[in-house]
Amino acid sequence: MADGNLPASVDDTLALLRAGDYVADEGLATALFLSLKLGRPLLLEGEAGVGKTEVAKVLARTLGRRMIRLQCYEGLDAAAALYEWDYARQMIEIRLAEAAGQRDKEGLERTVFDSRFLIQRPLLQAIAVPAGTPAPVLLIDELDRADEPFEAFLLEVLSDFQITVPEIGTFTAASPPLVIITSNRTREIHDALKRRCFYAWIDYPDLERELEIVRVRLPGISEGLGRQVVAFVQKLRDKDLFKLPGIAETLDWAQALVALDTGALDAARVDATLGVLLKYQDDVAKIRGAETAAILGSMG
Amino acid sequence: MSQLADNVVRFTRILRAAGLPAGTGRVLEALRAVEAVGVSSRAGVYHALRAVLVSRRAERELFDEAFRAFFRAPELVDPALAGLLSQVQVPIEERKGMTRRLAEAMGVPPLKELVQPVERVEFDMSLTWSDRETLRKKDFEQMSAEELARTRAAVARLRLPIPEVPIRRFRPDAAGARIDLRATLRAASRGGFGQLDLRWRTRQRRPPPIVCLCDISGSMERYTRVLLGFVHALTNDRHRVFTFLFGTRLTDVTRHLRRRDVDVALTRVSKAVVDWGGGTRIGATLGEFNRRWARRVLSGAVVLLITDGLDRDGGAGLARQMERLHKSCRRLIWLNPLLRYAGFEPRAAGIRAILPHVDEHRPVHNLESLEQLISALGGRTTDGRSGRSVRTSP
Repeated sequence: MADGNLPASVDDTLALLRAGDYVADEGLATALFLSLKLGRPLLLEGEAGVGKTEVAKVLARTLGRRMIRLQCYEGLDAAAALYEWDYARQMIEIRLAEAAGQRDKEGLERTVFDSRFLIQRPLLQAIAVPAGTPAPVLLIDELDRADEPFEAFLLEVLSDFQITVPEIGTFTAASPPLVIITSNRTREIHDALKRRCFYAWIDYPDLERELEIVRVRLPGISEGLGRQVVAFVQKLRDKDLFKLPGIAETLDWAQALVALDTGALDAARVDATLGVLLKYQDDVAKIRGAETAAILGSMG
Repeated sequence: MSQLADNVVRFTRILRAAGLPAGTGRVLEALRAVEAVGVSSRAGVYHALRAVLVSRRAERELFDEAFRAFFRAPELVDPALAGLLSQVQVPIEERKGMTRRLAEAMGVPPLKELVQPVERVEFDMSLTWSDRETLRKKDFEQMSAEELARTRAAVARLRLPIPEVPIRRFRPDAAGARIDLRATLRAASRGGFGQLDLRWRTRQRRPPPIVCLCDISGSMERYTRVLLGFVHALTNDRHRVFTFLFGTRLTDVTRHLRRRDVDVALTRVSKAVVDWGGGTRIGATLGEFNRRWARRVLSGAVVLLITDGLDRDGGAGLARQMERLHKSCRRLIWLNPLLRYAGFEPRAAGIRAILPHVDEHRPVHNLESLEQLISALGGRTTDGRSGRSVRTSP
């Protein structure tokens, strides 16, 4: 097994993520540790922008694994998820054989359906790794966007980690990939798939953890501004908004404020940069002005 | 070890009884998870069990309560004490906060209902609406046999003529407009590449999702029973039908309506709803829908808004929410039982707020109009009423 560098405990997992600048809570670290140790997929759910996709990226980076990403969308099919033949090159091959006067039909068939002409898509890439290379991290992003038939198909792939290409044969993973599935919960993932996974819901972080995230990700930010930014965003999450700002928005906003040489938050600066934090005009209109002043006032 | 196994088994059994889908297959998984993190800390055991036994956010609360109650006080490391945990007596004062389901599952007798029965408010006619939120549950009366038969017959003919939309998946189609290269090459390989006979394919189509927003306030009382039967049939007729009921608050009843049996489904719906036959706050509840659900169920959906438009809040904030709703869906059809009156004029504030934001406005006040609706939607304009449909300018 080339999986020697996997974390040995929950604390190790926390440290590993921390080394990749990811501040996780114990629930997430436990679920991730279990999924790595017991070789099951990890299903991450949570609002947009809380760092679900980031978990896979950090994991691949810190473990030194290749990351393979399958972005889901409605109507995602085998040709985009598994493999596709390179038809143009196959046609050329046929023409060349014809021109060369080749008459051996079976030989031609073998040539045309050779693995040279097989375009591997993410799922096949993750399974058909050459022996000796460590198993990659397979990120199946936003599974809720794909439709139910694809989910059923995925369940099959994740159960036995093998894929059959009729013209070539069966690919079996030497060591199964580390699978991370994310969902924004635009629809419920089917129970059968959930049963195969360890589950973690990623919440908005509390003030201290979010502050730590800001410090880790933006080392250049002053302590005072970082604290103000996080306090403001935390208050904003109590408001009745169409789309609450995630951690990604907090970081973007903090970065924007640093770029603008902001020393401390004031109402004018907040209003001018609110578009970084809130992505709906209704929300911006609701907060801008009086609400901004009220939140800043309550922060003291 | 066996002590631990025993505890995990008992714990999952309690979860199952409390309604969490923790199947027996999960017990082994849970056990392996606990062993993997070790039993030295309570938090570790908690997180490990949660990662296995919880698979949706809403289940977390129930799990947390069950865990607290089951693994109370004594540390897990002491097997002698751990064995006693399942017989743990829950103190009375802690029972209040405990979910009723859980209390029953653990065999703890529930305390007397703390909720006072809310007095019944009578509504005389369908044109009045209540001024207060009446938090009471209401049993559906059984549909009369004749009503049921007619509804089912009508529904059997029901083909909501909502045009299907192309998706990104293909199917073989001899009359298709695109070449199916894969099939072509496969066929050619069978014939030894003597010649390439082109195969064709075309985009698959599927009906768009339907979202029903159904008003269950006092003024709609007479219609909701039949209309919910209609919605139930719709839910079981096709995929991706989502139903929300609103009065003074919004309730998602999609799961309940998926029950095959109409009586079972409607009984469950009536249990899930707390604001039956009370007032209406259309603006506020649509606002809640827009915030919490729109992005999850509305992409490309056809919305059936079933309401009389009589709003206790006098249409406050309604226009804005309607505009957002209209902008986020494929098509918005307003089914309005009041439209049956020949002299119907959009005078109420709520109605005037809704009207500019609908694609179509149709009567639904009885089975007959329901049948008319179906046939009218089917494109067969059968009577003059369909001429009332409102087209809004963009």
